[in-house]
Amino acid sequence: MSAIDLPYQIEPHPITGVTSGKLGIWLFLASEVMLFGSLFSSYVLLRVGSGMEFWPSGVEAGLNVPIGTFNTMVLIGSSVTMVMSWASLKMNNLGAFKRYFGTTIFLGLLFLVVKAFEYSDKFSHGVFPWVGWPEAGDPSTFYALYFTLTGLHALHVLLGILPNLWLLIFGVAMWETDRERFTGRIEIAGLYWHFVDLVWIFLFPVLYLL
Amino acid sequence: MRNTRHWGLTMSDSHEELGFWRKYVFSTDHKIIGIQYGITALVFMFFGFSLMMMMRWQLAYPGQAIPLIGALLGETFVSNGAMLPEFYNQLGAMHGTIMVFMGIVPLAVGAFGNFVVPLQIGAPDMAFPRLNMMSYQAFVIGGVIMLASFFVPGGAASSGWTSYAPLSDIATTGQTYWLLGMIFLIFSSLLGAINFIVTIIHLRAEGMTFFRLPFFVWSQLVTAFLLLLAFPALQAAAVFQLMDRLAGTSFFLPSGLVVGGEASAAVGGGSPLLWQHLFWFLAHPEVYVLILPGMGIVAEVIAINTRKPLWGYRTMVYSLVFLGFMSFCVWAHHMFLTGMGTTMSTFFQITTMIISIPSVIILSCLVISLWGGSIRFPVPMLFALAFLPMFGIGGLTGLPLGLAVPDVYLHDSYYVIGHFHYVVAPGTIFAMFAGIYHWYPKATGRAMNESLGKLHFWLSFVFMNGIFMPMMFEGMAGVSRRLFDPTIYNTGAGAHGLTVISSWSAWCLALSQLPFIYNFFASMRKKERAEENPWQATTLEWATPTPPPHGNFPSPPVVERGPYEYSVPGAASDFSPQAVKQGV
Repeated sequence: MSAIDLPYQIEPHPITGVTSGKLGIWLFLASEVMLFGSLFSSYVLLRVGSGMEFWPSGVEAGLNVPIGTFNTMVLIGSSVTMVMSWASLKMNNLGAFKRYFGTTIFLGLLFLVVKAFEYSDKFSHGVFPWVGWPEAGDPSTFYALYFTLTGLHALHVLLGILPNLWLLIFGVAMWETDRERFTGRIEIAGLYWHFVDLVWIFLFPVLYLL
Repeated sequence: MRNTRHWGLTMSDSHEELGFWRKYVFSTDHKIIGIQYGITALVFMFFGFSLMMMMRWQLAYPGQAIPLIGALLGETFVSNGAMLPEFYNQLGAMHGTIMVFMGIVPLAVGAFGNFVVPLQIGAPDMAFPRLNMMSYQAFVIGGVIMLASFFVPGGAASSGWTSYAPLSDIATTGQTYWLLGMIFLIFSSLLGAINFIVTIIHLRAEGMTFFRLPFFVWSQLVTAFLLLLAFPALQAAAVFQLMDRLAGTSFFLPSGLVVGGEASAAVGGGSPLLWQHLFWFLAHPEVYVLILPGMGIVAEVIAINTRKPLWGYRTMVYSLVFLGFMSFCVWAHHMFLTGMGTTMSTFFQITTMIISIPSVIILSCLVISLWGGSIRFPVPMLFALAFLPMFGIGGLTGLPLGLAVPDVYLHDSYYVIGHFHYVVAPGTIFAMFAGIYHWYPKATGRAMNESLGKLHFWLSFVFMNGIFMPMMFEGMAGVSRRLFDPTIYNTGAGAHGLTVISSWSAWCLALSQLPFIYNFFASMRKKERAEENPWQATTLEWATPTPPPHGNFPSPPVVERGPYEYSVPGAASDFSPQAVKQGV
């Protein structure tokens, strides 16, 4: 029932310099920054509050740094292909777009598969969210944080993959009718995807290396 | 096919005709969504108010059977018609939750924001109409989950509207429903906030510069930023608490916790204070979410009914923005008694004193705006005028609470309840009533009855004060706010007369709403149509046909002047509309 044509869906607004959709996604990301900011602040408070000697580093806790590094590379790679897919649309190359965009989705899925293997490895060693760090004298919430933060992040990855799949299979029909608008949608999907990538770039060192 | 009637709404529609479901239930039109929000929120508010009326019975007549409904409630709620303590706790927690998250915010932002903002800025609709619809649907789902929680084993959430851990971590299933419901409500306001900000920045009509925006639109813009940036903290806290409750983690459970005389089985290592920090990081800006739209409505109504410009419009806008910013820096003044240390307390006392300055500026500007005006007293103006002293009392009684030393005595007493209810109940709710009476002719094309409105106002005014003024004294006498039966202590027994006054005032306040409810529905069916611009107002919402068609403006308006040009010397009439000529 879009009987109304709203302005600034395709052309940028003179004041903000972006379309409405893009301003919207930036505001959404600002909210996401506050969400992950709250989560990271909680991490700091819980870690400092626990007494440092009871808090394991990622390696001590048994996290696999090489696998984590591999997954970091996978996500960074997916961000690169995301940019390439958008650039392909700008250059009117739909075939290249599909290849790059498909690769982005594939890398996102690969990340989740690797993450699932990490989780199941932990489960098989009896490590669950409700297990305090058993080697320390005093329980810490390290694993509770590990599963909650990476779990929420994985949920964000999944919620990026699903609309991307939709865009690749169905949404792409808009390329024939309204190229600029479709390119705008890919750019918005890309902004979200880069944010998810960026969150992992903070999560990885905080959980695995510190 | 002009004038298809339903619920008194008249749609003169040149667009395609939509079926009932698309038009009124799954609508993407901001006006319909605004009305949906409004009616749903009013129903929730009435429900939340009813919960409180039952609590008032227990407080005034402890242990006696609740009249009328006591026999209807199940075994889990009452015993021989008298309220069980567990049920009292559920009522307290759910009254607060429903009033704040499902009543006032959806009414102030969802209803008035949605209906009025696009009209006042001259936009055809909100920037993302379908997100707008989703926002309303998420609100309804969240609300239904909250209400459903009364029927799960152990009843609804009972750890207070603040859900302090560790109590909430070990509470019955109702708390899980509370958290799930809250996640939906947060999602709803996130979508709404994005929509409002983009709409106000991008969809202003030609010539509608930022300093030509009505103050109400400014208040909605700042409110939207608060919702956008403060709510995620509660989202994070809710996720942590859900993990604690469902996955056995201990984010909010400390080591060595003892529950009911036995050591808790939880691992421990968590921090109960973390919950309070995350919660109040949301909930203090939330306080301003509750009050700012009310201030916006009051400013509009006062300017129109004094027939002169708002005094210090720009100052008010700058104060509003500063207020919004500062509201993120004061949250721990709710936590002076947690032992977080004098350094922290000092910081938050200072910021709290600072944030009172812009509030005082806005209130002073509104009061000075009355000076020298030729004031009319229709019903919305009565409510707007009553807002000023009521919000004044609410704000000023907050100062002792913002300073750590008096707060040690007053914390968690009835004084606190009196204080914040003065801000929200006779403050914001009066502003909401002002808004309903003011914009009702715009939404329905009919005017509400003045005499019934005045009856509603005067009765509400008396009984609102009858409820909350005694609480101030009870609190100063030392009565704690969370007692099931306050008479078990000397302080409560001594102040019992005040409790009874409060309770009777509450029930009378409920009866005082009958003229309003009747007026609200009966006025829709009136034959006689209201004038197109019944208040002789300048802002754009009165420059469209009533009720506004889909798309709002037959042709895009061009704005030529500020929002409050009343009684301009030499002008043809005592109001100069923002847009005189229509664009092409």
